[in-house]
Amino acid sequence: MPLDIPAVRLTGIAPEIALCATALLLLVIDAVLGERRNRWYLPALASIGLGLSIYFATEAWGTTRLELSGMVAVDGFASFVKITLAVFGLLTVWLGRDFLVRERAEEGEFYGLVLFAVAGMMLMAGAADLIVVFLALETFSLALYVLVGFRRRSLLSQESSMKYFLLGSFSTAFFLLGIAFVYGAVGSTNLYGGEDGPGIVSSFMATGASDVGLLILAMGLLIVGLGFKVAAVPFHMWTPDAYQGAPSPVTGFMAAGSKIAGFAALLRLLDVTLYPLREDWRPLVIGVAVLTMVVGSVLAVVQEDVKRLLAYSSIAHAGFVFTGLIAANDRGVSGSLFYLATYGITVLGAFAVVAVLSGRDDEKVTLRDYRGLFYDRPLLAGALTLFLLSLAGVPVTSGFVAKLVVFGAAIQEGYWWLAVVGMVTSAIAAFFYLKVLVVMYMQEKETEDAERVRSGPLSTGVIGLAALATIVLGLYWGPLIDVAERATLFFAGG
Amino acid sequence: MSIDVAVFGVMFVVVLGSSIAMLFARNAVHVALFLVVTQIGLAVAFLLEGAYFIAAIQIIVYAGAIMVLFLFVIMLLGVDRREALNEPLRGQRPLAVGLAALLAAEVLYVAYKGSDLITTGGGSQALQDLNADPGNVKALARVVFSRYLLPFEVTSILLVVAVVGVMVLARQMSAISPVSARSGSSVADKEEAA
Repeated sequence: MPLDIPAVRLTGIAPEIALCATALLLLVIDAVLGERRNRWYLPALASIGLGLSIYFATEAWGTTRLELSGMVAVDGFASFVKITLAVFGLLTVWLGRDFLVRERAEEGEFYGLVLFAVAGMMLMAGAADLIVVFLALETFSLALYVLVGFRRRSLLSQESSMKYFLLGSFSTAFFLLGIAFVYGAVGSTNLYGGEDGPGIVSSFMATGASDVGLLILAMGLLIVGLGFKVAAVPFHMWTPDAYQGAPSPVTGFMAAGSKIAGFAALLRLLDVTLYPLREDWRPLVIGVAVLTMVVGSVLAVVQEDVKRLLAYSSIAHAGFVFTGLIAANDRGVSGSLFYLATYGITVLGAFAVVAVLSGRDDEKVTLRDYRGLFYDRPLLAGALTLFLLSLAGVPVTSGFVAKLVVFGAAIQEGYWWLAVVGMVTSAIAAFFYLKVLVVMYMQEKETEDAERVRSGPLSTGVIGLAALATIVLGLYWGPLIDVAERATLFFAGG
Repeated sequence: MSIDVAVFGVMFVVVLGSSIAMLFARNAVHVALFLVVTQIGLAVAFLLEGAYFIAAIQIIVYAGAIMVLFLFVIMLLGVDRREALNEPLRGQRPLAVGLAALLAAEVLYVAYKGSDLITTGGGSQALQDLNADPGNVKALARVVFSRYLLPFEVTSILLVVAVVGVMVLARQMSAISPVSARSGSSVADKEEAA
């Protein structure tokens, strides 16, 4: 029997290939050119790679098919998430450049790891087989574990990297066990199934078994693994520590990137593949969503460290996105995509401000350090105000529109009480965003800074872009929502 | 009683026993050695299923290469180090035991209820057919280089990321002198002074 060589078409993974190739090239150039004073060419090369991946992802827009023996789905959903991720990557690279210059250690590995992480997250968005989901998850997680520990001289950074790594490995074990159970239950790990083999649901139907227990158990374990990555309660324990210890640009990237990657996999798994079993997974996910919204919002109120505060806020936001996922209709999926894209840009902007303000060694991050900020640095304070209002969901910002769409989707499916929980927790959450504003505008500065850190040109650019996007998407949300809606129409097999 | 069942029984006892012993062993080297025994036991399980190639790989890669690395690292860090056994969080251990027992009970219950699912899966028969026709290794090669081509390639990227990551972390460790481990950011000041 000769070996059937499968058709190898690379439309689906071209963005990832572009990123991995750029990352490898970057590492080689870094090694060959050695230590130089000004290494502007490294972030420039990384930006070119990310730009290329945006180009390839746009090229794939409009195609809907499974590629590489049913391992990758090429569809609007994947393209949308990939383009968003590449934008997050660009912002992170620019912020990271300023951070590295400030730390006086511009290492090429930073950019390489960011590119690999983005590639892993992208693969997660297009993955059509649990094996690929797992490998993508591991790729971006490994890169993030290292990036979290990237702050030289900081034991806090090393510690949080270690914690994140240990808990992350633990959650991965749950995810793997879930895959094993899925295979044990139905004999397939493919999300769709096709000419290359049956998918999870079609195999399940074929067995004619009346009991879905094993599949439900597997599903629970998969939700644990992915819930960890999106920081859902009760799998959120790592979030405050990792966010606090990581360099601020990396924290922003983690909040934006791993959230959209994790939710992309969850949306494809639950809202497409396991859609026939929605009555079985909904109670579980609703429980997680409510817990996430409540715990995230309530615990954020007592935080004194701005990064920890934003960490709990990111937990709460995961809960809000879950409401769109639970709705499991077109509006829910497109709403979640819109939410994740706008939240990512806003949170990256917020962490950009935090990165600039925290100075060398990333140390000034308590609320005390923000006293009277408005009178000292009005523009930065203004930008941070805008981001916090958007996170709180105040009208005229993108955060308001995002919340409106996901809650609307939940109400459409009859989960109005879930939307009510969302609104109440949003109101609680607004309290701690306002707390930061009060500190910035209405309290006196205690001491003068010994050394005032200037915002680099790239950081300023990132903050400006993110602020612009937050306002523009808050006023003219139509185009992006349209694109997100078309992204769900193309959803392969859905 | 067929020989398969007897071998399975012995394997079962060995794997379970050494896994449990691993948890309770105080010496890190003993833990590693118990892990070797577990790995070899699992290789026997693969043999029983007819997956000969995987069984060989299991012994060569896991019980062999990876365990040597484990032992190497343990030796490098020093064998006589004891883990701190006090609990930072009160009541964590009983809670963990309780939750683990709950999970185990769930798995057992579901496996019991869904046993018709497992038996209708028929994976074992398919494996025997594969072993008969192109042979175990050929069959594996066929799926790795056709259907599972992408996962195979992604694994290489994963390994590159791991290597780069280790490089970064190892370099950072040397940047932290023992002094700074105790007094926070004093290294930064020293570097500036120098």
